[in-house]
Amino acid sequence: MSDSPAINATPVVAEHEARPELRHHFADEQQQRNAASLGMWWFLGTEIMFFGGMFLGYLVYRRLYFPEFAVASRSLDLKVGTFNTIVLICSSLTVVLAVRAAQLGNRRLQVKMLLLTLLFGLSFLGIKGYEWGNKYKEHHIPTFHYDAIHGEGSLIQGNNAKFLGLDQLQNDPAKLRQREDEIQRHTQLFYSFYFALTGMHALHMVIGVGIFSVITFMAWRGKFTPEYHTPLEIAGLYWHFVDIVWIYLFPLLYLIDRRPGA
Amino acid sequence: MAEHSEHIAPSGLYWLVWFILICATVLTAWISTIDLGMFNTVVALVIATCKASLVVLIFMNVKYTSEKMTKAILISAVFWLLLLLVLSLADFGTRFKG
Repeated sequence: MSDSPAINATPVVAEHEARPELRHHFADEQQQRNAASLGMWWFLGTEIMFFGGMFLGYLVYRRLYFPEFAVASRSLDLKVGTFNTIVLICSSLTVVLAVRAAQLGNRRLQVKMLLLTLLFGLSFLGIKGYEWGNKYKEHHIPTFHYDAIHGEGSLIQGNNAKFLGLDQLQNDPAKLRQREDEIQRHTQLFYSFYFALTGMHALHMVIGVGIFSVITFMAWRGKFTPEYHTPLEIAGLYWHFVDIVWIYLFPLLYLIDRRPGA
Repeated sequence: MAEHSEHIAPSGLYWLVWFILICATVLTAWISTIDLGMFNTVVALVIATCKASLVVLIFMNVKYTSEKMTKAILISAVFWLLLLLVLSLADFGTRFKG
């Protein structure tokens, strides 16, 4: 229905029948849209607190056991981590381009961008799974045949031995054993945080992929118009937030200490 | 009645932000392999904060929104987060020496 002055003069009930997306308890579309967006922002505020607590715990132990955390961080694959960050950034781009396509009323582009978003999101999860698989092979999963000293997942080879202060203990087997036990426990703590943080992030990604599957279906059905595309927009806010969490996780987990001589 | 104050950003802006984010990601990975002493962590966090700000301002539309409550929630959430992090780390940072 077009917005003619005559519509303003009609009773409220008729007006709402003319605009099915507008719920009766809102004055107009603008207010309805702002209320929905406000709700999502409020939720994201609680999400900041949720991840903030885990980040704080991580930072406290990272400071306390810095050498062990640095050595364990170096065992993460920097190239794969960087690539995955880029994949996630691409998914955020396709989300904003999908919202823009909705604003312009371009349904084909909207669906295309949303399908790309799902593809990038699933790729991120696949790559993350590959990284977790490597950690399993290296015996770097806490409490599950965990071993940071022996085998291919050894964290005390080469420069690391010096970095962890093991080279000074070579003549004192008792102290060496004690230090190795410490390294086992403290690196295990790093991986506990690693799996908790990346796991929580991945859970958010899985939920995001679920939400965007529904959104893509709605877009394909032509639900979103330049006048009404609030679900797409606030789902986008959630997606970008999950992206931001990763933007901080990547340097904090992968880049603790990558200096060559250290 | 349905006045449309919604801001539609040019797609070029989104592509530009995307490009900057990719460059910053590669930069932060590369810079971590250079010895800057204690500044490695600082640089990594500064780059991450720049990236996050770009996502919030442009991708999440905070720069163009007319809704003041969005900004109020954002600022208060970041404020509480900093309260949590700064006060707790100031405590733990000075309690255990070495």
